[in-house]
This record gives sequence, structure tokens and C-alpha cells, in this order.
Amino acid sequence: MTQYETVIGLEVHVELKTRSKIFCHSTTAFGGDPNTHVCLVCLGLPGALPVINKSVVEYAIRAALALNFQIAGFNKFDRKNYFYPDMSKNCQITQNDLPLAEHGYLNIELNGDTKKIGITRLHMEEDTGKLVHQGSITTTPFSLVDYNRAGVPLIEIVSEPDLRSPEEAYEYLNKLKAVILYTGVSDCKMEEGSLRCDANVSVRPAGSTEFGTKTEIKNMNSFKALQKALAYEVERQIEVLEEGGRIVQETRTWDEEKGITLAMRSKEHAHDYRYMPEPDLAPLVIDREWVEEIKRSLPELPDDRKERYVRDYGLPAYDAMVLTNTKELADYFEACVADYSNPKAVSNWIMGDLSRLLKANGTETTNCPIRPEQLTAMLRLLEKGTISGKIAKVVFEEMFASGKDAEVIVKEKGLVQISDEGAITSIVEEVIAKNPKSVEDFRAGKSRALGFLVGQVMKATKGKANPELVNKLLKERL
Amino acid sequence: MITEKDVDHVAILARLALTGKEKEMFTKQLNDVLEHFQSLKRLNTEKVQPTAYVLPLRNIYREDQVGDHISLEDALANCPDRDENYFRVPKIV
Amino acid sequence: MHLYQLTAHELHELLINKELSAEELNNYIFDRIEAVDDQIRSYITLTKESALERARVVDKQIQAGAKIAPLAGIPVAIKDNICTKGVRTTASSKMLSNFIPPYSATVVEKLEAAGVTIAGKTNLDEFAMGSSTENSAFFTTKNPWDTERVPGGSSGGSAAAVCAGAAVCALGSDTGGSIRQPASFCGVVGLKPTYGLVSRYGLIALASSLDHIGPFTRDVTDCALILEAISGNDPKDSTSASYKTPDFFASLINDVRGLKIGVPEEYMAAGIAPEVRLAIEQAMSLFESLGAVVEYTTLPHTEYAVVTYQIIGSAEASSSLARYDGVRYGFRAPDAEDVMDMFMKTRGQGFGPEVKRRIMLGTYVLSAECYDDYYLKALKARTLIKQDFDRAFEKYDVLLSPTSPTPAFRFGEKAVDPFHMYLSDICTASSNLAGIPGISLPCGFVDRMPVGLQLMGRYFDEGTLLRAAYTFEQNTGYHQEFPEI
Repeated sequence: MTQYETVIGLEVHVELKTRSKIFCHSTTAFGGDPNTHVCLVCLGLPGALPVINKSVVEYAIRAALALNFQIAGFNKFDRKNYFYPDMSKNCQITQNDLPLAEHGYLNIELNGDTKKIGITRLHMEEDTGKLVHQGSITTTPFSLVDYNRAGVPLIEIVSEPDLRSPEEAYEYLNKLKAVILYTGVSDCKMEEGSLRCDANVSVRPAGSTEFGTKTEIKNMNSFKALQKALAYEVERQIEVLEEGGRIVQETRTWDEEKGITLAMRSKEHAHDYRYMPEPDLAPLVIDREWVEEIKRSLPELPDDRKERYVRDYGLPAYDAMVLTNTKELADYFEACVADYSNPKAVSNWIMGDLSRLLKANGTETTNCPIRPEQLTAMLRLLEKGTISGKIAKVVFEEMFASGKDAEVIVKEKGLVQISDEGAITSIVEEVIAKNPKSVEDFRAGKSRALGFLVGQVMKATKGKANPELVNKLLKERL
Repeated sequence: MITEKDVDHVAILARLALTGKEKEMFTKQLNDVLEHFQSLKRLNTEKVQPTAYVLPLRNIYREDQVGDHISLEDALANCPDRDENYFRVPKIV
Repeated sequence: MHLYQLTAHELHELLINKELSAEELNNYIFDRIEAVDDQIRSYITLTKESALERARVVDKQIQAGAKIAPLAGIPVAIKDNICTKGVRTTASSKMLSNFIPPYSATVVEKLEAAGVTIAGKTNLDEFAMGSSTENSAFFTTKNPWDTERVPGGSSGGSAAAVCAGAAVCALGSDTGGSIRQPASFCGVVGLKPTYGLVSRYGLIALASSLDHIGPFTRDVTDCALILEAISGNDPKDSTSASYKTPDFFASLINDVRGLKIGVPEEYMAAGIAPEVRLAIEQAMSLFESLGAVVEYTTLPHTEYAVVTYQIIGSAEASSSLARYDGVRYGFRAPDAEDVMDMFMKTRGQGFGPEVKRRIMLGTYVLSAECYDDYYLKALKARTLIKQDFDRAFEKYDVLLSPTSPTPAFRFGEKAVDPFHMYLSDICTASSNLAGIPGISLPCGFVDRMPVGLQLMGRYFDEGTLLRAAYTFEQNTGYHQEFPEI
């Protein structure tokens, strides 16, 4: 069987979270009753004219700079002509031949290797409305149109065909999302459609330099769906080729339920978008000063931050990557280490118990009930030996649930570690007396028996005994 | 020379249902008009930049502020077929 | 002399001297409409009630001794492709025959702020595509000078209404000559301002880079008054210039001494009716006798103007008119199987032949295989046409030409061959491509049909145009001729 190489390029649409729409003053707020976030312009009424929202350009430049793009000085808008009922003017205002930004890239990491993924272009455009169907799209006699999303600002980010596997595509999208979240221009919620992704997929015999015929995959509504859809499509294409068939250049939709991609039925004979300069909008000349100003206002981005964590905090690369994946988590980490000088301990707690609790409770990092100084205060109790590692876990859960300080919880529940030799010694002796069999086993060389005896001591002290001390005292007496 | 088949294709792109008579008429008329358009071929535009905007207007922005929306009744007042708050259209596929 | 023959500035005198009330004036104009509009058919919709109501407000101000604005109480007609809040705006198309805009165009708001009363909405070629108003989906408008002839187009209703005394002033739109050519055919004054001087917000777009709104009036003074009222920057129109509106009224000076006038020979060449040429030559002589320097000059790319205009205009129109699909407003064809079918049938039935023809043409020239040869080439030709003007205006203050190669033609005369009709724009389309201002004013008659003189000026130099036009008018008197209707 021929070995195949997968070639994937992603087209990502990101909604910008400006207050008002790209060409009119309607709100961009998500939700709302149908057709209530609309005005003359986004409804495409005869005679209404677009005016560009300055913040859209600023946000787009911000995202572009974070993705290492070069910003074009001269910008214009174009009309992309096609008919669809969710498009109020039946032409979309977008940027065709002169995008806002070109030649960007992102570094992704997979199995410890870093790979640079080229990003061809980033441009601004308007979103469309939404079609609502009562029942299935194929059986309903009507569709209902809601223009609330029509005119919400989008940036489209088109990657080079540099991705070689569904996993790389997943990592790229994940990284792209992380970087854009850092810039604060979008909340990148796939479930609300503020991050959307289409993929161009092809396969070719390994070693070949020519691209195979590609298909475009749409309707992947989550990161997981993206990976599954791409994996399916790659397999499907290989199967077709192996059976001596040809790949048809077409648009396919991901059917989440069935787990397959399907060719989209289309009555459109051939797409011909008939782009033309948008005569209703004057061109933009992007001032270098403005770009520099935006660049200066960018936060430290994930790659730089990650490097700094390895360099300055001595963290393993993996920890640094996880911590910097979102700006909020990294900010949390830094607030902790500013107050407590054992970065690895902080990292362990954030990546472990804190992340687990946040995830389990569906809580955003910004709403974390444990403030950084509460976490570090707990770490100090642990360091001083006031509580044991095991107790700390219990305390931490309680902190998360109640928002109380560790010290308060420890006091309320009497969780202070017992490090008094005399008190522990009497319990140790009691345990030895009650478990002659285990003592015998231990003396016979079964080291596992020691664990059992330690457990018995801990049980008797409700976990409060200092485990090191218990170990020491047990060994002395055995 | 454009054919009736070309006219068909263009009519679909433009979403215009044409009668047989119209197709015939437009095929002839578009050919006539395009014949006049051939005169442009004589014009040497090798070093000429296209003009899409006659005035040197640049950077006409609006501030990012939410303004009044139009009322639902105004939005839907001229709608040929509505279903509560929605514009209703025949099925997509 | 009848009241309906007076200009806005003459009527203003009567109003402030309390010789006439605004309500009387408006009633009078509506009586006049009733008397003549059966023959002329300039209006699609009349707004008598709201006009009278506004007139009464003006009267109260006069009674109270307040100083009223120069246009207060003056009945003005609005071309029916300019949106008027709560008043049906059809663009003379079946597609919008029941469309009631929830807003008014900026020009309408400005006129209302200036105190005018709006008499109604006037007929046009469907979506402003045409040169005769024969393409209206509803009815044809007649030329008041000879009802066998067209009033010109596309703003035929506005021109005919002002000509026949059915409105004192009117607004039209001009994409390739649609104000100036009907002004010329009806013997009134029509001005297409510099692109960007007057907001297009609320004008139903035909081709945004070529569309302009401007006034129809009975004399140059009224033209200045309306222009003053409607010009100025509009933040709702991104192509609106931030140009400080000069005092156009102050430009009305009867003096052209030293003015340099160029006459592009291409505009006087083949296709120009001999009588029209004669009238223009007389105008040249008059300007010379008044102290202007008049010379022949050249705009070498004129021969490409009509084709360039048709390509760019139809391309933009094919896109601007895509929104008429039966979803949000306007006509929807019944009995569609699905959305595609609904789009096809709605647009097939809702648009008239000329609109469909231009949408087809525009779609074709923008399609992938034609883009470079037609559309891009036309954008480049546009550059050359603009440069012709830039060069000419280095030497001349004003360019002078006929507005139309012929006086008004008969109904059906040019409807046979679309391109024949397109050639009506030969003297006017270039200034839309360049965006420079142009004015048409009456300069003579051929067999009792008016001939129009066109003056074109530098960007935002409407002042000089008005001065030259005013001087011509004051030294001729063609504006005081009226049709017998």
C-alpha cells in the first residue's frame, strides 16, 4: 500500500467583540430576540450605507500583530457577490485582493517538537445572519431568517497548507485561539460561533511535491469535531485513491451524529463571486504610528511567556506551555509566584487540583473562588508542616467550595498536623500491639507491611499525624 | 460572441428567471452592446492605474458606539412573509 | 405671469410680505398638479396633507413675525428613488411598489430642516436606468413642451414637474446624466454637484461611485438655494466629503470677465444636431461678448466615456440591486419551490427589461473570464477620462458643451436599440466618471423644444459654475419661457 501524506489548511473566522457592528451602530451582543439587534444598514434597506467602525480595524490589527503578520498600509473593501437569504444585501463586504495583513505564522508544539505554521492572510469582513429551521433543513417547508448577527465584525485567518495531520490542525487551532484570547479581541467561543473553522484537506503519495485534489470541510462545531472530521476525511480520500478512484473537488459537511463527511448538495452551478471594490467605503491608509501603538499595547504572548517561565522560573517546558495556554491562568500563576518563591510547587497545584476543580465546576479562571494569595498561604502552611500534603488536598477542596482561607478551615476542622513525638509514639505503640501479623511480615522482609502500619496510624489520627514522623517512629520500634 | 448558454449561466448568477423570448432578446442585445465595448480594446492602459474612487477620501471611520436599533415592527413592516419575529423564506434545499 | 411660474426666491418675497400664505401657495401648487398632471404624469405619489400641514407651520412663523428660511413653505418634489420616511418610495419598480421606508434620506431631512414642503414623489426610469423615463414600471412621463416627446431621464418626473409648474423645485439623481439631460429636455436648470458634496444616504443606489443627488429649479438662483440646503458632510455616507460648504448664494454674480472657458471639441463633433450646435455656438459668443475667454480644447478620451460608464455602471448596479430578493421588503413572486426558485422568479418578475439587461451586463463584465477585459479595463479608462479633465482644468475655469446632442426625442424613438439610448449620455457621463460638477441650463429652442447648455467645473467649484450660469441666464432670459400647458 502507498504511504500517503496529509495536507491541511485551515480557514478560521473569528468574531471581534467590539460593541457595535462593523458597518453600523447595531449591537454585537450575543442572543437577543430575533431581528432586534438590527438597523437600516445591516438589514440592507435601500439607500442605507455602511461606515467602518474604527475599533474593528484596531482589533484586527491587534490580532494580526499577535499572529506575526505584516500589516498593509493601503486597505480597501470589496463586495463578494452571492445570493443567500441570511445575507441582507446578497453581497458581503470583505477584503479580496488587498487583505489587511499577510505573511503571518504560528509555532505549534506536538510531541515536544516545535513546528512553524505559515498563515497566508488575515482580512476583515462582515458576518451573515442566521437561518432557523423548524425541524430538519431537508424536510421543513420554510426557513426563518434572523439578522441579529448580520454585520458582526469578523476576521478571516487563512493558513498555508502547512498542516500534516489532524493533530497538527487541532494544535494550530488551539494555539490560534490561545493567542487571540491573549489579545482580548474575541472570546473565541465555538459554541456561540465566535470561532469557526473550515478546512481544506488533501492527500498525496509521501514524497510527492504536488498537491492532491482538495475538499473543503465545513460544519465542524468543536475542536473534537475538527479532529474527527479531518481524520475521517483523510481516511476517506485514501480509500478512494486506493480503490483507483479520483477525489472530486467539492465542499463537504461534517455530520456529527453519523461521524462522516458528506458532499453538500448545491444548486449553484459554479461559484463566481464577482468581486469588485466596495464603492460605498473610502479606502483606509493604516498609519505606521498607529500600528506601533497597537503593538506596544499587546500583552506578552504565549510563546514569549512560556520561554520566560522556563528561563526565569526553571519550570519544565510542559508546565510552562500548560500555564501559558490562557492569559488568565498565566496571570494567576504569576500572581502566586510573586508571593511564594517555589514556582514548581505553585505550578503543580495550578495544573493539578486547581485545574481539575475549575474544569469540574465549569468555572472560568477569572472567577476562581481561590485567590492567588489564598493558594500561597495554604502552600506556606504545608511548607511549615502545619498541615500534611494529604490534608492540604482536603483543605484546598474546602477553599474552592467556600472561598475561606486555609488557616480558617484548618482551625475550624482541627486539621493541624500532629508533629508531637510523644503523642504519635503512644499511637504507634498501640498499632504495633494490635497488629502482630503485620509486624511479623515486616520483620520477615515484606516491606509492604510498613505501609499498612503507617495507614493504621494515620487512620487513628484522622490523617493529621506527620507522615514522616510516623515512618521514623515505626521503623525505630520494629 | 455570447451564446444563449452564456446568457443562461449569467442569469443564474444574477438570479433572474428569464422567459425564452427574453433569453433570445438578451443574447442579441448583449452581443450588440458588447460589440460597442470592443472599442475599449483600442485603448492602451498598460501603465494606467484603475480608478475605483474619484475623491482622495481616506480613513472615514465611525466610533464604536451602539446606537438606536430600528423597532421590530419597522424591521418587518415591509416583509413579504413573516413568521412572528422572523423573515420567512421557502425551504433552502 | 402665473403664480406657478414663479421661482422659490420670488415666492419667498411674496410669503414674507404676506401677499401669499404658504398654505395658499401649497394649495395652489396642488391645484396646478391636478390640472396638468393628467397630461404630464410627473408624480407617482402626492403628499398633500403633510405638505399643507408643514405650510401651516410656516405660516404661523410668519404670523409670529419670525424670520423664515429662504425655502420655507416652498413645495419641492422628490424623485422616487430618494427615501422618504413613511411615504412609499418605489424607484418606479414593481419590485418596490409597496415599499415604505422607515427613514428619510439625508437630503430630505436637510430640505425639511430648511422648511420646504414636500409635494410628492416623482416618476423615473426604473431604478434610474434610462434616459427617457419610458422605463418606469408604472407609466411614462410626458415632456410639458410637447407631450409626444420624452421629458428625458432618468429624473424625467422631477424635470417635468418643475417645467410644468407642478413643483417649484425638485430633487433628482444623476448617475450618467439623469439630472442634466432631463433638465435640458424640459428647459429647466439641473445641477449635478461634485461627488461627495451632497450625501447619498437614502438614495436607492444604482451605481454608488457614480450616483449624485442634485436640484432641478427654474433658475440659477433657486439652484444655489437648494444646493446650499442639501450639501455638506454626512457621517452616514463614507463617501461624503468634509468640505466646508461655501455660500453658493454669494456666487450669483453677473460677471464672467476674465473667466476662461474651454469647449471640448469632442462634445461638438459627430452626432450633435446642427441646431444644437448652433445654440451652443451662440452661447460661446455670448460669453465672449461678456468678457470671458472662450477657446476650443480637447478631452481626448471622450469617445470611451459611454462604454466606460456602461461597464462600471452596470457592474455596480448588478451588485447594488442584488438586495432585491423578496426576503426583507418589496415584491415576492408566489409559488416558489425553494429559495433559489423564489429568488429567480422574484427578480425575473419584479424587474423590468432595462434593469434585467443591465444586471445581466454587469454580472457578465464582473464574471471571472471578463473581469480584466471589461471591468478592470473600464476602471483604467476612468483614470484617463479623469486625467483629461485635470489637464483641461489647469487651463480653464469652466468647460462648456451641449448637455445632450439633441433636444427631446419622441416616445419609442430610441427604445429599439439599447446602445442607441445609452449614447444619450455622451455629453454627461464623463463628469460622473470624474466626479466633477456639471450644470445644465436652457440656451435656446429648436422647434419650440428647449436646448440645454452644460457647464462643467473643477472639483467643489460649484461657485464658479453658478456664477457663469447666472451670468448667462441674466443676459439671455430663456428661463422665463414656459410651455403652454
